[in-house]
Amino acid sequence: MKIKPLQIIAHIILILGVLLMVVPIWISFASSSHDSVTILTEGMKFHIGDQLARNYNEVLNEKGGWSEEVTAAKMFINSFIMALGIATLKVAISAMSAYALVYYRFKLAVPIFWLIFITLLVPLEVRIFPSYKIVSDLGLTNSYTGLILPLVASATATFFFRQFYKTIPDELLESAKLDGANGWSFFIDFLVPLSKTMIAAMFIFMFVYGYSQYLWPLIMTTAEEYWTVVMGMKIIYTESYEGVALPRTAERFAYIILSMIPPVLVVVFLQKWFIKGLIQTEK
Amino acid sequence: MSFLDLKNVTKIYPNGTKAVHETSLSINEGEFMVFVGPSGCGKSTLLRMVAGLEDITEGDINLDGKLMNEVDPSERDVAMVFQNYALYPHMNVYNNLAYGLKNRGIDKETIEQKVNDAAKLLQISDYLQRKPSMLSGGQRQRVAMGRAIVRNPKIFLFDEPLSNLDAKLRIQMRLEIKKLQQKVGVTSIFVTHDQVEAMTLADRLAVINNGIIEQLGTPIEIYDNPKSLFVAGFIGSPQMNFLDGNLKNKTLSAEGFEIKDINSDFEGEVTLGIRPEHLSQSENGLISLRVELVEQLGSDNLVYGQLKNKKDFCYRCPGNQTIEKGSNLSLNIDNNKYYIFDKSTGKRVN
Repeated sequence: MKIKPLQIIAHIILILGVLLMVVPIWISFASSSHDSVTILTEGMKFHIGDQLARNYNEVLNEKGGWSEEVTAAKMFINSFIMALGIATLKVAISAMSAYALVYYRFKLAVPIFWLIFITLLVPLEVRIFPSYKIVSDLGLTNSYTGLILPLVASATATFFFRQFYKTIPDELLESAKLDGANGWSFFIDFLVPLSKTMIAAMFIFMFVYGYSQYLWPLIMTTAEEYWTVVMGMKIIYTESYEGVALPRTAERFAYIILSMIPPVLVVVFLQKWFIKGLIQTEK
Repeated sequence: MSFLDLKNVTKIYPNGTKAVHETSLSINEGEFMVFVGPSGCGKSTLLRMVAGLEDITEGDINLDGKLMNEVDPSERDVAMVFQNYALYPHMNVYNNLAYGLKNRGIDKETIEQKVNDAAKLLQISDYLQRKPSMLSGGQRQRVAMGRAIVRNPKIFLFDEPLSNLDAKLRIQMRLEIKKLQQKVGVTSIFVTHDQVEAMTLADRLAVINNGIIEQLGTPIEIYDNPKSLFVAGFIGSPQMNFLDGNLKNKTLSAEGFEIKDINSDFEGEVTLGIRPEHLSQSENGLISLRVELVEQLGSDNLVYGQLKNKKDFCYRCPGNQTIEKGSNLSLNIDNNKYYIFDKSTGKRVN
C-alpha cells in the first residue's frame, strides 16, 4: 500500500496528540512508584521505581483527613456511589421526560422543553447557595441523597433523547398500540432497547460528570465519611503532618492514578455501545 | 347488521381540512374490501379511523356489533399491515410475531404454537431468529402479515402494503395476500392507489375521491358500469379515452362523429368515454386515428395516436395485429360500449 504524504502528516499529528495525553499519565504512574524523597530531589520520573506496592498500599489504607478517619478507599466508594447515582438517575429521568415531551402532545410540551433547555444556562455552580439551602433544610447534608439529588436533572441528556425519539417513525408506535402496548410498555419494550447505545453514551458522560464534581460535595459534606475522591485530592495529603514533614509527592501521584481507574473502567466496559451511540442511530 | 358498519363517519382535522365526508359503508364478515383512490383522497384516514389511530370527528363505527368510537386501538382486536411494515427493528422475527400475543397475556406454549403456525403458513419459519434488517423486502412483508395473522384479529387492515416492493414481487405478494385471505377467511380492508391491485384483490371495491365514496361495488360492476367521470377515469388501464361532445335529441355530436339513438334524455355539454379495449377496426368506422406510437406488450398492442382534431386517443388491439406507425386506422365502438357523463357534474347520463 502506498502511503501518501498527507497520511504521514495526519499520523504525526495524531501521534503527537496521543503523546500529549499519555505522557503526563505515564509520568504520574512512574513517579508514583518512587520514594517521595527521590522525587523531591531528582524531579519526576520516567521509569518505574521500587516503591510501587508500598505507596499504593499506603494510599488505600492510610487514614487521613482532619480527624484522620477517612481512607482513600472509602472516598473511592463514595465517589463511585455518587457518580453511579447521578448517572443512573440522570439517564432515567431524561429518557422519561423526553418520552413525555415527544409522545404526549400536550399544549405546553414545546415551552416546557425550552424551559428545560434554558436550565443549561444555570449550572449548579450558579445556583449553589439556594440549592444548598434547600438540601440543608431537608436535612440531607452529609448523605448520599444530598450528594446525588440536586444533580439528577439533565437538560443535555433530555435534549439528546428528545432528538432521538423524534427520529423513530410514528408507525412503530401505532403498530405497537395495535399490538396492545400501553404507554409504559412502549417505553420499556421499544424506546429503551432502541436507544440503548444512546443510554450507554449518556451514562458515561454523566458518570464522569458526577465523578468529577468538586464544589458540591465540598459544600455538602462536613463529615469525612462522605468525602469524595476529588475533594480528597486537595485535602488528604496537604500538610497532614504539621511543621517539618516532607510533602508526600509519591503518594499523591499514586492517589491520582487510582482516582482515574473508576471512570476508565466505565468507559472500557461501555465502550462498544458508547461509540455506536455517538456515530450511528441503530435503525 | 353487518360485521363492520360505518355510519356517517366524518373526519375533520384540527386545521379545518375535511378529509372524510359523511361516509357510510357496510362490510360483511369474511369480505375483502378495497379502498382505492388517488393519494390524499382520505382512504388511509378512513382505514386509520377503523383502526382507532385517528379520532372520529362525527359518526359511528361498529365492529361485530360493538361501538368502536371510544375504544382504544389496543382493545379493538384489529391488525394492521403498514406501508413500511413498521416491524420492530430490535426484535427478531419470532418476537415481532409474539409481541402482540404476549401483551394479551397468552401463555408461552400457545404463543410458540401460534407463531410457528403463522410462520409456516407464510414460509418464514427459517428466519424466525433473524432481525428485520437482515430480511429482504418480500420477507419483511411476510413478517408484517404474520404479525397480523398470528393474533387472529376480527379484521385485517392493509395500508398500501405492496407499494414498497418491486413490480414482480408486488404481483406475487398480491396473489399471496388474496390466497391467504381466502384461506384464513378474515374480513379485510385493503387501501391502495393502484387500480390493478384493487381490481384483482377486491370482493368489493370502494372508489374514493376527495373524501367521498364515489362508487361501491364489485370490481366488474365498477369497470362495466362506472357511475361517474372520476371512477371511469380511475378504473381501467390504459385509461378511458374522453372526448367532448354535445347531447341533443338523443343524438351525440362528438369530435368529428355522431352517435344516434342514445338512451338518455339529457341535453347539453357531455363527455364521452370510450375504453381503449372497446374499439375495433372496421371500414368506414366512426373514429379515425392517426397512429403515433405502438406499445407492444406481446398479448396486446397499445396504439397511441391523435384524432383529426389533434386530440390524444388510445386503442388496444390483440398483439398479433401489425400496426404501422403513421398509418390511419378507422375504428368502431363495440356494442355501444361507451359512457356519457354530464360535463358539469361528472355524473353518468346514459
